[in-house]
Amino acid sequence: MTDSNQTTPESFTPEADKAPTLWERFRDSHIWHSFKRDRIAQLSLTVFMGYVIMALFAPMIAPFDPYDPTQIDIMNSELPPSWDEDYGDPQFWLGTDAQGRDLWSTILYGTRISLTIGVCAVLLQATIGIIIGLIAGYRGGRVDSILMRCADVQLSFSTMMVAIVVLAVFQASFGTELYQDLAMLMLVLVIGIAEWPQYARTIRASVLAEKKKEYVDAARVMGLGQIRIMFRHILPNTLSPILVISTVQVANAIISEASLSFLGLGMPVSQPSLGSLISSGFEYIFSGTWWITVIPGVVLVCLVLVMNLMGDWLRDVLNPKLYKG
Amino acid sequence: MNAHTLTEAASVADETGTDSLVQIRGLYKQFNISGDFLDQLKFKGGKIVREQSFVHAINGVNLDIQQGEALCVVGESGCGKSTVARTVMGLITPTAGSISYRGKRIDDLDDKQLLPYRKKMQMIFQNPYASLNPRMTIAQTLEEPVRLHNPGWNAQQVRDKVHEVMFSVGIDPSWGERFAHEFSGGQRQRISIARALAVDPEFIVADEPISALDVSIQAQVLNLLMDAQEKRNLTYLFITHDLSVVEHFGTRVAVMYLGSLCELAPTKALFDRPRHPYTQALLSAIPRLEDDRPPHIKLQGEVPTPVNLPSGCVFHGRCPYANERCKREIPRLIATDDGGQVACHAVEEGRIN
Amino acid sequence: MALLEVRNLEVSFGLRSGAVKALRNINFTLDRGERLGLVGESGAGKSVLGFSILNLIAKPGRITGGEILFEGQNLARMSARELRTIRGNRISMIFQDPMMTLNPVLTIGQQMVECLLAHRKISRENAKTIAIQKLKQVQIPSPETRIDQYPHELSGGMRQRVVIAIGLLMDPDIIIADEPTTALDVTIQAEIMELMVELCERNNVALILITHDLGVVSQVTQKAIVMYAGRVIEQGPTREIINDAQHPYTQGLMNALPQMAIPGQRLNQIRGSMPTLQKIPTGCAFNPRCDYVMDVCKHQLPGYTRSGNCQVACHMVAEMKRDEVSSEEV
Repeated sequence: MTDSNQTTPESFTPEADKAPTLWERFRDSHIWHSFKRDRIAQLSLTVFMGYVIMALFAPMIAPFDPYDPTQIDIMNSELPPSWDEDYGDPQFWLGTDAQGRDLWSTILYGTRISLTIGVCAVLLQATIGIIIGLIAGYRGGRVDSILMRCADVQLSFSTMMVAIVVLAVFQASFGTELYQDLAMLMLVLVIGIAEWPQYARTIRASVLAEKKKEYVDAARVMGLGQIRIMFRHILPNTLSPILVISTVQVANAIISEASLSFLGLGMPVSQPSLGSLISSGFEYIFSGTWWITVIPGVVLVCLVLVMNLMGDWLRDVLNPKLYKG
Repeated sequence: MNAHTLTEAASVADETGTDSLVQIRGLYKQFNISGDFLDQLKFKGGKIVREQSFVHAINGVNLDIQQGEALCVVGESGCGKSTVARTVMGLITPTAGSISYRGKRIDDLDDKQLLPYRKKMQMIFQNPYASLNPRMTIAQTLEEPVRLHNPGWNAQQVRDKVHEVMFSVGIDPSWGERFAHEFSGGQRQRISIARALAVDPEFIVADEPISALDVSIQAQVLNLLMDAQEKRNLTYLFITHDLSVVEHFGTRVAVMYLGSLCELAPTKALFDRPRHPYTQALLSAIPRLEDDRPPHIKLQGEVPTPVNLPSGCVFHGRCPYANERCKREIPRLIATDDGGQVACHAVEEGRIN
Repeated sequence: MALLEVRNLEVSFGLRSGAVKALRNINFTLDRGERLGLVGESGAGKSVLGFSILNLIAKPGRITGGEILFEGQNLARMSARELRTIRGNRISMIFQDPMMTLNPVLTIGQQMVECLLAHRKISRENAKTIAIQKLKQVQIPSPETRIDQYPHELSGGMRQRVVIAIGLLMDPDIIIADEPTTALDVTIQAEIMELMVELCERNNVALILITHDLGVVSQVTQKAIVMYAGRVIEQGPTREIINDAQHPYTQGLMNALPQMAIPGQRLNQIRGSMPTLQKIPTGCAFNPRCDYVMDVCKHQLPGYTRSGNCQVACHMVAEMKRDEVSSEEV
């Protein structure tokens, strides 16, 4: 190195002298800019955050504790919402259900349960799906064929069918009581296991695309182990599709849970999720007691809708074909 | 595969040198392109038969890379030059043949056994936009190999090493916190080179390292590679399609066509007096700045597909000097008087000089 | 009158961080049958210039000033409908990737015939005859059978020949070729370049060749334009530029070629890299990389100086010329 302009680093720096912080990077990112322009995304995120706050702080927001039998008076059952001039009770904003529980409080707790089941089920799906997808995509060949055929078989059973069979058999063999205690765990397990192929397929597809890139070869040439290449090098580059399907999958899981609860295989009436609330009110809907079903129904539809809208927006933003060119 | 030609070719290569750094012997690589097992089943003449088709990427290549030289492999797309590079680095397993490093065979080792060789042999890739992990900062990218190959070092030693190597390729160590996408193509290629140099290798495979770069940046990167060679006493296997780069950079040149070696010669000899008809055509096609150069030699037809290799000399379909023997018999490398080797019946018989 | 005259062309891109000028103050003329090379590295704006001649720049890019006069008509101010009668018909374009032009689900014949029928009132039979004749012109063997093949059945070189045949289909006055051989091997590149020169000469077609390869420009074109950071820095007859480049960047570009250096020695590199459009230095855009930089280069945009038959945007060249003139007066 004799030439002086060779040894001194280039004078042209890409940005200012200091590397931008994480926050500055985010502020300059494509995601943030498209979020600032997209009203629907902003609205969806706001509503969703509202749901999350409702779920997190349910015990503080709710005027009653629906799990506490001492706060329930059967005499208050089936009261209409407070804006009903004839029968409404200002104490119960959204009215009460058939057992006399305050509907607002029950919805808050129900949202909490629904979201928890949704998120936990998706975490389970994601863990199984990511590991299987990574291995299938990276190893390829026979391992790939076997794992993906398993995924195909799993997918050819409808989630609902599997869930109904498993839950019904469990309920029948271990009795309703034990089932009610373990309902939440069972729902997470069933929904989580039934839907892993969605993740596995998505991850495998993007692993196959990433595997061809030279940075993976570079990591191999360096002598890194397979596990490290898979998790440290390839996985972070497949996060975009994971993020997109996660939003949609949480929405799907919530719907699955609601459907199962509606069929009587979900959360027990004593600990109602949004689905079991809808179901419990359904018997009364023709006697004019519409609110027990309709209000939780609207809450559920809204939740699923905003999640799907966010998923759509994320898909548009993160689609590499649309902005990386 | 013909065992007879194999031993013959190997014996020729043996004469050239025994103290070479890397030895490639009788290398073959076929890629199966017939898909899944079910895709391979065909219905023929009332019977179900299993049919497989292969891309013959490398067909019996023997090469010796001498300590301290820059051996350039040139050829057009599909000639198997990148496959040779990737096979040498162990990214692809050869179908047949062997690769030795300092006399030790390395193509049949597993990942663990290969690790000490990974420190000696490194690779620089073609596309500076794909060869750096987009989710890692430059510092992370460069520290990873240093840590892996020097497990005893503490954080400070690792950082010092990374700073030293960044400085030596002309990138400011303070840019370590940045991500690859914040840099231009030339700067990224410098970072790639830094990554390869970070483990102090003695042998570097460079697969078209400047093809994706602009002219002014190409010069910078080539200079950097030459400086590094001088300073660190490196040996290069340099893959490129650009003959003008070869003329400048290479100690020896290997010309490949359709997975076979046509000619291997010291750079000056090759450019002064190309022997193989394909080399002659290739050299005449370089776009030059001077306007009084002879018109380029036109080849008939097109490169055949490597799925169905021509019989005999793979070049015979396009060669103006081809005769019956060329169609039948695979030519083997013969030594020429100016220190090179050429695989051509016409040269051997003295039909062309 | 020149066939094509570009006057003070200016193109801007509206980016998140504000508008940036991709092309500044571009002036050149092209005569019938003339071959012009647009040379520059990536980011120089040569492709943008090629596209803007046909008013084809996609959003967020936009022509913000100047005129593009094709036989006296200003393409920059033409309606989309009028432009369609010119694009592909009077001026055609060839891209680096043949698959940008070729539709993978149509045979070559179908594409060529459709294209002819869209522009001319002729029968299908006639159109097919013309298509075969054009394929023959680009030296495709047995065009009668090739015409019924799909693009994927052809090799890269053959595809590019087909694209050239499509470019010639309407007997255009100008062909704009954007890096037509960059994706091809050298032997095929040489053949295709020779073919293009021959076809242009035979049909009296003007060619605008956009490339980064000075060797190709030297072999193919009569006139050359060297671009840097969105501006023409040197233009004139190709031979004169190749043999006696005036601008330090053009000199540097040529000296950086391996064929210009002694084998085994260091190449003459230009330090640094091309600035991005958002960060074009003030004054002469090349000043941070220039070996002959003077104070004035850092503040003032250099105007064009005549040197031989070339025009050069460089303060140093301007100063040297001024000295020559004053010494002659003394």
